Amino acid sequence: MGSPPPEVLLTVTDLVTQVATPVGARNVVDGLTFDLRHGETLCIAGESGSGKSMTALSLMRLLPRPMARVAGGRVLLEGRDLLALDDAGMRQIRGREIGMIFQEPMTSLNPVLTIRRQVAEAVAAHGGVSDNDAAIRARQLLDQVQIADAARRLDQYPHELSGGMRQRVMIAIALAQHPKILIADEPTTALDVTIQAQILALIRRLQAENNIAVILITHDMGVVAEMADRVLVMHQGRAVESGTAREIFQRPQEAYTQMLLAAVPRLGEMTGTILPKRAAASVVADPVGGSVVKVRNLNVRFDIKGGILQRPVKRVHAVDGISFDLGQGETLALVGESGCGKSTTGKALLNLVPWSGEIEIAGKDLAGRSRAGMKPVLRDIQMIFQDPYASLDPRMRVGDLIAEPLVIHGLATGSALADRVEYLIRRVGLSADQMKRYPHEFSGGQRQRICIARALSLSPRVIVADESVAALDVSIQAQVLDLLQDIQNETGISYLFISHDMAVVEQISHRVAVMYLGRFVEMGTRAQVFENPQHAYTKNLLAAVPVPDPARPRRAYVALDGDLPSPVKPLGHVSPPLYRRELGAGHVVWEREPARL
Amino acid sequence: MTVLEADVRGIAAPPTRGILARLVRRPLALFGLVLIGLVVVVALGAPWIAPYDPYEQFFEGLSLEGAPLPPDGTFWFGTDLVGRDLFSRLIYGAQTSLIIGVVANGIAVLIGASVGIAAGYLRGRTEIVLMRFTDLMMAFPALLLAIVLAATFRPSLWIVAMVIAMVNWVQIARIIYTETRSLAERDFIEAERAMGAGALRIMFRHILPHLVSTIIVWGTLGIATTVLLEATLSFLGIGVQPPVPSWGNIIFENQTYFSSAPWLVFIPGIAILALALAFNLLGEALRDILDPTQQGYH
Repeated sequence: MGSPPPEVLLTVTDLVTQVATPVGARNVVDGLTFDLRHGETLCIAGESGSGKSMTALSLMRLLPRPMARVAGGRVLLEGRDLLALDDAGMRQIRGREIGMIFQEPMTSLNPVLTIRRQVAEAVAAHGGVSDNDAAIRARQLLDQVQIADAARRLDQYPHELSGGMRQRVMIAIALAQHPKILIADEPTTALDVTIQAQILALIRRLQAENNIAVILITHDMGVVAEMADRVLVMHQGRAVESGTAREIFQRPQEAYTQMLLAAVPRLGEMTGTILPKRAAASVVADPVGGSVVKVRNLNVRFDIKGGILQRPVKRVHAVDGISFDLGQGETLALVGESGCGKSTTGKALLNLVPWSGEIEIAGKDLAGRSRAGMKPVLRDIQMIFQDPYASLDPRMRVGDLIAEPLVIHGLATGSALADRVEYLIRRVGLSADQMKRYPHEFSGGQRQRICIARALSLSPRVIVADESVAALDVSIQAQVLDLLQDIQNETGISYLFISHDMAVVEQISHRVAVMYLGRFVEMGTRAQVFENPQHAYTKNLLAAVPVPDPARPRRAYVALDGDLPSPVKPLGHVSPPLYRRELGAGHVVWEREPARL
Repeated sequence: MTVLEADVRGIAAPPTRGILARLVRRPLALFGLVLIGLVVVVALGAPWIAPYDPYEQFFEGLSLEGAPLPPDGTFWFGTDLVGRDLFSRLIYGAQTSLIIGVVANGIAVLIGASVGIAAGYLRGRTEIVLMRFTDLMMAFPALLLAIVLAATFRPSLWIVAMVIAMVNWVQIARIIYTETRSLAERDFIEAERAMGAGALRIMFRHILPHLVSTIIVWGTLGIATTVLLEATLSFLGIGVQPPVPSWGNIIFENQTYFSSAPWLVFIPGIAILALALAFNLLGEALRDILDPTQQGYH
């Protein structure tokens, strides 16, 4: 391929990283070779377990010892082999030559030190800087990463900052020593989509200003398309394919890359259709006649106690007066960013949080029901949680877990119970001989299938799916969504689908409600909300979603300090009224200003 | 129905063996098991195994100067300060120490775990009442409490066991309480509530199994301290009443002779140590075996 580009900064050759397992060493990175040039962005993309994070840790020599080690290969940074350096030599590289940011901005900062201390420490890490200079530089860095009101922020502690701001601080720390390379390991995965857009734009801008090469590690093909100059696709520790972003997205050569790209839900894919992706035309959602869930003026408030007497001092308005109906066989999606109250709404329907207002599930009023009184209601409504790793009791066998709802409700015993469990486990695509195993022996997708089987065991009429595919890899996510829709086609079950992922919501829902600060701002059919969004917030949300198409022009906007306002209010707070605007055919918008006629 | 089978991996069936069979396969656990078995057999068969009467003061059991005899062919472990056979006293003492160690400690764990789980899961008023009471018990000097209790009731082996249980449950309650609180926050507990499981079911079927390792570790560690607490009570005259031997009171009876007759302290000390070690080894192995996520790692 012609003469080697002269500007190569980092060369990785045959990198092998091993992890100790009970059955011997396993190669988690297996003969990886790539180059990084000055000022470019290389995205390492792959699903969980592909070895992409291990690659980053190997380059930084930050592997967890003694479980993991680099077993072979060379990492040349401008001619120096990083793997051959001693620990002192490597410390000179970290921070100075290569900076790194991690996924969780919450845990990467020390909670008991001020932002000033932590940024100044990074500035002075390699000596030769006076305290005063370090403080001045810390201030400059915060300005550089566009933290508004930097002087005040410097004296705050990490918990006083939002997730997006913490990630900005992490970037400031990573850039403190003017490194040539920035390694970002899933830097926006834990952030909301609008904040993600801001952080990605910030990284792009800083990169251009300072001519930094970026290695961005992500599972999200949308982020790859937004950011990458070149892409390296990893699978099971090996490089499957590499090339420019355009090549990878438009002419993927390898079957795995093609599969990965095909599984990514694309926003706008469903334009012009009415029903969800796999819905059978025969099942027509009827939101008015056969309403299974009726919610009127639902409020959920949590008191924040304080002072010596532990009296309520503030109140979280988690859900603030929402009303909706969910029809037989219908999927209503609640979308919004973290803290908007969408999960709390789901929990209120199962009486898991204290609420006020009116809730009716399959004709049964929920008001004033005790735990025992909820039992008959719970036969009609069940829930699937976000994290399939956390929502199954690790000490119980899968067969017992699936049987449990039937046992609790006394619906089946003996061979009838065994038959029903076997039917359920097959229904979700697992085999009956897996019933004797424990949850940890299953993959994430399989565990979510187990959760679905559990939720289905009582033959409920509604399932609340709370971010049920958010923790899964895209290929698995598509399978689980297909399963949910197949079950709906077969049984006419209704879903309240809670999600932050607009592309997933577009595929599965009949109707969509957009939530913001505990209230609905827009509700309508899928087509109405996605193709003709009326509320400014809905438009923002849709615009922020990264689109897996590198040909699309990259957005340059960075809303300065665009964090979500807090739902924590003083005690007597009454939310300002919203003006309801009907657009016809069930499309409703709630706005702060009355519509001008 | 079309379900892609891509993530439906086949996994070989796990071997299902009994707990005992799996214990025996671990050398350390087997050692612990054998040692405990030995102590139990010795305790139960004391009248047949012991070479002498444990209460008999032998004329030839003391030297001409009246000092206890070191171990020899007649008195295998030597004699104590009044000329009784130490070996026979140890064998009879095993009964007392085993009952104190297992029963007193077992009751303490039972009370502690129940209080901890109830306070940690039910919260509210139950939590306030139970945990403030626990704090009160913790602040109260344990020995003083034991003395008051032991002085109120006529000391017998079973009363001593009860007294020790009343003193020792507190730490376990606090630890179980903290662990229960963090367990109760986990998603799978909320998932259980979402499907209608009652409080009792959640506490016994879903929280208790996760506390087994803590309970076992504290339970086995507690055996050694329990045996020693009994010895302390004996020393103060409110434990198991002499001349009935227990490993603890043998040590305290003879401690004044430590420099001239060290075997009188060392030998029962080693017995206590060995019993505690045996329970610890067994407990460690049980903890691993009862945790399904640990399978395949030994």
